[in-house]
Amino acid sequence: MKISSPMEAWKYLPGTNCKECGEKTCLAFASLLLERKKKLEECPLLFEPKYADKGKKLAELLAPEVREVEVGIGDKAIKIGGEDIMHRHELTFFNRTALAYDVWDTMKEEELRERVREITNWQKFYVGEFLGVDAIAVRSVSGEAKTFAQCVKRVAEETDLPLVLCSFDAKVIEQGLKEVSDRNPLIYAATEDNWKAFLELATRYEVPVTLFSANLDMLNTLAVTFSSAGVTNIVLDPGSYPTGKGLEETFARFIMIRRAGIVDGNKGIAYPLMSVPMTAWMVNGTGTGAKTENTLETSYWEAILADLFILKYADIMILHSTEPHSLIPERTLVANIYTDPRRPVSVEPGLREVGTPTAGESPLFVTTNFALTYYTVESDLASNKIDSYLMVVDGEGMGVESAVAGGQLNAETMKDALESFDVERKVKHKTMVIPGLAARLSGETEDVTGWTVLVGPRDSGRIPGWMENNWPPETFS
Amino acid sequence: MEKEITLADIAKILEKYEIVELEDVKIKGDIELELAEGGVTLPPSIAQALQSIISAAHISSSTTEAIATTAQALQSILSPGAGAGAGVQKVQIPATPVEELGLIRTEFKVAKTEWKGQIEEVTIGATSADGGTREGTVTIGGEKALPFYNFDYQMPHPPVISVDCFDMPITLAKAVRGHYEDVMEDPGEWAKKNVREFGADMVTIHLISTDPTIKDTSAKEAAKTVEEVLQAVKVPLVIGGSGNPDKDPGVLEAAAEAAEGERCLIASANLNMDYERIAKAALEHGHVILSWTQLDINAQKTLNRYLFKLGVPREDIVIDPTTAALGYGLDYAFTNIERMRISALKGDTDLAFPISCGITNAWGAREAWMKDSPIREDSDWGPAANRGPLYEIMTGLTLGVAGGDMFMMMHPKAAAAVKRVTQMLFGATGAADEGKKVKMEDWVTWGGA
Repeated sequence: MKISSPMEAWKYLPGTNCKECGEKTCLAFASLLLERKKKLEECPLLFEPKYADKGKKLAELLAPEVREVEVGIGDKAIKIGGEDIMHRHELTFFNRTALAYDVWDTMKEEELRERVREITNWQKFYVGEFLGVDAIAVRSVSGEAKTFAQCVKRVAEETDLPLVLCSFDAKVIEQGLKEVSDRNPLIYAATEDNWKAFLELATRYEVPVTLFSANLDMLNTLAVTFSSAGVTNIVLDPGSYPTGKGLEETFARFIMIRRAGIVDGNKGIAYPLMSVPMTAWMVNGTGTGAKTENTLETSYWEAILADLFILKYADIMILHSTEPHSLIPERTLVANIYTDPRRPVSVEPGLREVGTPTAGESPLFVTTNFALTYYTVESDLASNKIDSYLMVVDGEGMGVESAVAGGQLNAETMKDALESFDVERKVKHKTMVIPGLAARLSGETEDVTGWTVLVGPRDSGRIPGWMENNWPPETFS
Repeated sequence: MEKEITLADIAKILEKYEIVELEDVKIKGDIELELAEGGVTLPPSIAQALQSIISAAHISSSTTEAIATTAQALQSILSPGAGAGAGVQKVQIPATPVEELGLIRTEFKVAKTEWKGQIEEVTIGATSADGGTREGTVTIGGEKALPFYNFDYQMPHPPVISVDCFDMPITLAKAVRGHYEDVMEDPGEWAKKNVREFGADMVTIHLISTDPTIKDTSAKEAAKTVEEVLQAVKVPLVIGGSGNPDKDPGVLEAAAEAAEGERCLIASANLNMDYERIAKAALEHGHVILSWTQLDINAQKTLNRYLFKLGVPREDIVIDPTTAALGYGLDYAFTNIERMRISALKGDTDLAFPISCGITNAWGAREAWMKDSPIREDSDWGPAANRGPLYEIMTGLTLGVAGGDMFMMMHPKAAAAVKRVTQMLFGATGAADEGKKVKMEDWVTWGGA
């Protein structure tokens, strides 16, 4: 964005402090606009004729440096690009890297449908929510327009995820587009050789288009040519070389393009970037059918490329391995890097109830208030339907292991928690289960609190098994 | 629908009227055409010239609008019935067919980033020439740009990998344990295996048994273990305590003495313990100190300043800002390291040191070792043996891109993979280059699957 202080934004606001946006003053609203925590649309006055000019100007000033492009429709539509910074601590990265997994038009129908369903339905619980993947890339291997169109149709029938249609032959893409023209797919890719046909497709079908060239002059040329022809929903693929010197250069290209867009303010190249880690399979790929050692190695290399370009500016990437060992860390890394660093690290200490615990019978577990720790323990209990109490001790936002090492979780802080949360009155027994990682505190905690202390597993994922052997304790009968 | 048009289109319009020359045309500012009364002609060369001007400036929506307006003005002048010099009237121009467009040639430019700061260069290990017995040394740091940003400033040294061993058998994830079961009872053999089979640049010996709640091994015994490992391998050594703040100073003093002159990395000094004793022991016996803090940039500055005050030379300091596993705080570790490195490059000399990362911490992530997901609604997790190494690889690589210079690792495959990719990014000659030989756009039609 073009402005850096709330005062600059404030000049364009009505200045009436009407509170319609939910803030007390226009200045407060202005500072939230700058942090991208509020949107202009939340100020209704700005859209009245009297302020419309100012509103329009402010919208231009606040527009992110990198253009935001939408792919797909409805709930599953993804926004890519729209970034304003080079390093996440400067503010936050906004639109997470979209992970697109591939299918291809020479797959057998059942195999194809099954793979699409698997990709669409994949989910992994993480910090209070389920992670999923973002898109499906359909590749034309056959080179035949009819075959591709049929494949696209089948994919669309099985999923509501956004689609990326991949072929360098515009005629092939067009047949595919006809099947899903109402789904706003991303088409791939215009090059120095075929760009006119792709420009025509992007214009006629009004869909976002990828431009591909590993030569940055040509890539910039294509982007300027398309945008001056009125096509601005552009994604850039600067080429993904998977190994060696080519990889070093690929890494450089992604950084240089983003730097030119954000730091140098070159609008002509400030578009979302596409990386293709699946080029790993071009070097040492073998079949996915055979679970060979080489397949595992290649899927690791693909994940390594994904890692690099999740960190360095890919807004969408195309991947091949849908094995859980690939999906889980790839999607988790995206979640980590695109988490707002301004988000609080800790949750409120206190006594929580998981499910519907029974006073006098249900176990009392202890953990600390580091958000990751808390959500992990809470979801392990909830998912396994363990009705229980969870005492969240103020560990100054640290996980159990660090809090034990640093003294934030000890016998005294547990005693304080028991008293200030009025635990005994609510739980109606005097047995607590401390984390396995805090085992060495058990003796002292019994002495200081007068409670019976049981040592739970080192990982809360093992609480169900632990319950079978240890709960209810003998003292309860 | 009204189309925006380019200058190429203007030329086409003129061509349509068979106009080959345009006199009295001035180019003002970015793109503004003033058409004089009388003979109006526009040679294609002017259109080309205009194109290049526009390409050099950055095309924005406002410039394209201006082009459209200009084109309309031209059209109105040239239209039959419109008198020369007549006022501009709105004329609808049919969109130029795509096949008549040309590429707007644009040169890609980007500024280099130059930093005023430089990371300290630190050498670990000493050969006989320097009073030690190592066969080689390891040098890290020296950067004047972000990691692998060779287009700004060539990274002087690639990151190095130190493979962990322990002074007693320890609990390890199954996927890791398999590689070490035969050497767990013997730290010397363990260290040898790390070097011989797993290609470790360095070895870390963790004197974990000295912890009073584990075995309470004496400092003297621990020093013997260090001697054994020094005998067993000829690579530089990292010597780690148990992490017990009361016991570590004594243990590390004894270890530093036993390794006199070998220029080991002593791990570590931190604010919760008597770091002064550790710093003095390292100084006295010629070692490098690892300055460790927990995800806190200010604490790291404070501890480093304390070390300066104690007289520790800058080239004897490596920092460990703490590693958190993928999915378990990696975002904090990544940003913490990245911020430290950027501050250092901007000129904060308190933070301008090579960074060591305890990547083995990645195995703390349950996804790295647990058989199945404890969450019932999760999709299948697949074999744990496949997940673990990738958790270690991705934790390592991510922190390498943030600023890590040295990785303490455990799984041989993970260590090898991180080594391979960081060598490539560093630009090492001889790094496998088969990628360039493949036509990369062929992934679209790749039928290998």
